[in-house]
Amino acid sequence: MSIPHPLTIILVAPLLAALIVMILPRRNLLAIRMVSAAAASIGLVLSAWLCYTYLHEHRGGLQFADRASWVVGPGISYYVAADGVSLSLVLLTGLVIFCGVFASWTVVHRTKEFYCLLLLLVTGVFGVFVSQDLFFFFLFYEMAVLPMYLLIGIWGTGPKEYSAIKLTLYLLVGSAFMLVGMLGMYFAAQLPLGQPRTFDLTVLSKAGYAHTFQVVAFFLLYLGFGILAGIWPLHTWSPDGHASAPTAVSMLHAGVLMKLGAYGVLRVGIGCLPEGAQAWVWLVGAIAVINIVYGSYVAMGQRDLKYVIAYSSVSHMGVVMLGLAALNEVALNGAVLQMFSHGIMTGLFFALVGLVYERSHTRDIEAMGGLARQMPGIAVAFTIGGLASFGLPGTSGFVAELLVFLGTFRAHAGSYLIGGIPLFPILAVGAVIAIVVTATYVLRVLQRVFHGPIDESKYGRLTDARTTEWVTLVLLGGLLVLIGVYPSPLTTLIGSSLGQFLRP
Amino acid sequence: MMAQILEQLRPELLTLGSALFVILADLIQVRGNRKWIGWFSAAAAVAILIVTAGRWQGLERPVPLWGGVMVLDRLGLIFKAIFLLGVAIAAAGSVDFASQRFRHIGEYYGLLFFSALGMMLMASAGDLLTLYLGLELATLSLYVLTAYAKISPRSGEAGLKYLILGATASAVYLYGASLVYGTVGTTLFSAVDTHISINGISAGFAVGGLFVLAAFAFKIAAVPFHMWAPDVYQGAPTPVTGFLSTASKAAGFAAIIRVLLGPMLDAASGWQVFIIALSGMSMIVGNLLALPQRDIKRMLAYSGVAQAGYALVGVAAASRLGALGATFFLFQYLFTNLGAFLVVTIVGSSVGDDRISSYNGLSRRNPGLSLAMLVLLLSLGGIPPLSGFWGKLFLFWAGVQSGLYGLVFIGVLASVLSLYYYLMVARAMYIEPAAGRPVVRLQLSAVIAVVVCVLMVVGLAYPGPILELAHKAAAAFL
Repeated sequence: MSIPHPLTIILVAPLLAALIVMILPRRNLLAIRMVSAAAASIGLVLSAWLCYTYLHEHRGGLQFADRASWVVGPGISYYVAADGVSLSLVLLTGLVIFCGVFASWTVVHRTKEFYCLLLLLVTGVFGVFVSQDLFFFFLFYEMAVLPMYLLIGIWGTGPKEYSAIKLTLYLLVGSAFMLVGMLGMYFAAQLPLGQPRTFDLTVLSKAGYAHTFQVVAFFLLYLGFGILAGIWPLHTWSPDGHASAPTAVSMLHAGVLMKLGAYGVLRVGIGCLPEGAQAWVWLVGAIAVINIVYGSYVAMGQRDLKYVIAYSSVSHMGVVMLGLAALNEVALNGAVLQMFSHGIMTGLFFALVGLVYERSHTRDIEAMGGLARQMPGIAVAFTIGGLASFGLPGTSGFVAELLVFLGTFRAHAGSYLIGGIPLFPILAVGAVIAIVVTATYVLRVLQRVFHGPIDESKYGRLTDARTTEWVTLVLLGGLLVLIGVYPSPLTTLIGSSLGQFLRP
Repeated sequence: MMAQILEQLRPELLTLGSALFVILADLIQVRGNRKWIGWFSAAAAVAILIVTAGRWQGLERPVPLWGGVMVLDRLGLIFKAIFLLGVAIAAAGSVDFASQRFRHIGEYYGLLFFSALGMMLMASAGDLLTLYLGLELATLSLYVLTAYAKISPRSGEAGLKYLILGATASAVYLYGASLVYGTVGTTLFSAVDTHISINGISAGFAVGGLFVLAAFAFKIAAVPFHMWAPDVYQGAPTPVTGFLSTASKAAGFAAIIRVLLGPMLDAASGWQVFIIALSGMSMIVGNLLALPQRDIKRMLAYSGVAQAGYALVGVAAASRLGALGATFFLFQYLFTNLGAFLVVTIVGSSVGDDRISSYNGLSRRNPGLSLAMLVLLLSLGGIPPLSGFWGKLFLFWAGVQSGLYGLVFIGVLASVLSLYYYLMVARAMYIEPAAGRPVVRLQLSAVIAVVVCVLMVVGLAYPGPILELAHKAAAAFL
């Protein structure tokens, strides 16, 4: 069986759904939700099918390509294709948006606009993961960032307008760095004689670049994408943004959008500028460890449940970046797996926090307690997520973090801290120690929120998850365990496409 | 011979004819519904546009008239198209507005045509004096149009300010041109070109050239010659502001491109630094001053200053790609900015003022109108895939190609800054509550014009065809 233009369908489905939602009558909530759910289902089913096909038929290289010239002179073309790395992230996006649509079932305020923007955002995210043209890559990136402003500004909670504009400006500054880096790459590429200039990533990744240029351009791209990936000290938009955003947006944002940044560093930075990447691994690695340690310590000090999860994201994205910095096959596989695993985990967390908040009307950890009795399903799912968060064996977090740390210990034997102490083993040790801190804050949250004495007057009548809400719990929670027990399909899928990033 | 020249100048003559016709029509029909004059003006502008476009094939190489006093070429054609589209959209957009506010409707449209005629002269000038004639005709008409809302004291004040400062700029231009004439002995561009390539640049010529440049910088409202813009933009009737901020700015750029990238191209190393300074300052100062504005017209005025800065990146690049980028940018800017000003016209006519807070909750009251405004603002902010993004992309591209990394860096960061204030309007429309404000009354004419603008802004997400035209024009010119 084969479907023509599968990637284009994945892109067009949510876009088309957004347009349909736009013309549906405002009051017909059911139709709006069904159209959105249909689009999300198409994305999920198709991406799962693509992963399966790729694993069984291709195992390597860019597949499912669609190409159409867009602007002839400058060499811009609509070119989508996917390899194992992109496909695993496309699948992640499919999963999170599918759950996100169901998690937003309770949005009744301006529902139409909400789903419209959500679907637009998802189109952008899918687009970034499958674009093989630098220009469309940028276009989809902006498409993924901007709806966020309105989504947080309108449907958010707390200091939503502040968070929304802060997030938008941070990410747009990031995109400004990217744009300059991209234009530079376009002109500096040393193409074979007679070949016209192009934004085609596959061509650019094979083209040579002068060493100095690579060093400068990689730094620009690292800054630009890094802001989105939440690198310290440019991460401050992310806790505020995640905490203020409505549930589905937090899920998408922490679950998928931050991965766009890491994916960009991998695909554009490491893929096209290998020498530049080599020159900066020490910085990327060191900042990654600061992320891991700092994020988990700050998470420990939070009272607001959403801020805990948000800072844990900052910490976990550090693991991803550390894997990218290590630049060997094991660590890269771990990094992409960590993107996937963290996406599922954070998506689950934010969905659960949304459910708890909807019922208890508070996110203050100190004010809650003993909720497990009223909502056993939610408590179990939260526990699974928490265990995955500090990497308990048998959960996906364990596999991913193990691979990253293993790879990091062996990485870059030639780079030293001072006086002959090898740098990367030290970084790995620091990162591993921080995992203990993660365990502390996760267990503290579990204990304070779900166990201990319960305030019967306030929380005596809370209910467990209902109908559509179970979708998220079962799907995401189940996957965390499934990947932890049987990671090989995913690691094979990712591993099949890492060769291009590992040039000597 | 004369017949041939008249044939070549058909667009200009038709513009002149239309101007006279609408004034006469207004004189003859004193009473009754005179809205048709506005619709007629829009239709006439479109018809002239078609005639103008018909000249494209015949102008594969430039045609000099009267020994080079005027030069007809494809670059000029594209700019003429911009001016005529500007007249068409502004005229259609102000049909209801003008019939409610103004007693002398015919003259209003007539002046729009006269102004466009002046701009067309500027766009095909081959001589410093022709350029001056065009400049004066265009700006004199605009002085009157700015002050056209006679009952509003702001409008009169704006007109007077524009007149005094504009006249000063003209004087500076004439002084500069006389210095150039004094050192080179001619005002013909082609002759200046030859003279420079033989004798090099003398001090007097350089000073004169700078004065001429300053006058253009005034016209396009580039920092530090931008002071007039906020007051004039705020005071002028809003459709006039829209025309002023787009077509008039494009005319200034047409002149700059003609002079700097024409006869002065070989001396690029001399003037480039000034253009870079103008461009950088405009992008930084314009965006910073737009941030605190509470009045949407003033905000768009400062944003227009910044936009002039972006377009100057293309001039500073001093290359074919730069000319192409600037031309494309100004083409799309017409729709983006004029469309935004027409939305301001609609809201302002209904609400009675132009504060940004008047837009609070607009998305609840008029979802279509606020969606249009959102698209236009995002295009101004350079968000892909809208037309404004492509405009900036080609400019920055030209900048990077010519090695102006610093300037491009300022440009992209300034664009991010600019999104802050564009998003503040989006915030008012989408996030702030409507708080009992009434639904905005839509004016059919302005709505049609806005729809055209939005369609163009979205349609230019596929910039290929227009880009190709601009490419051919730039290739023939440079």
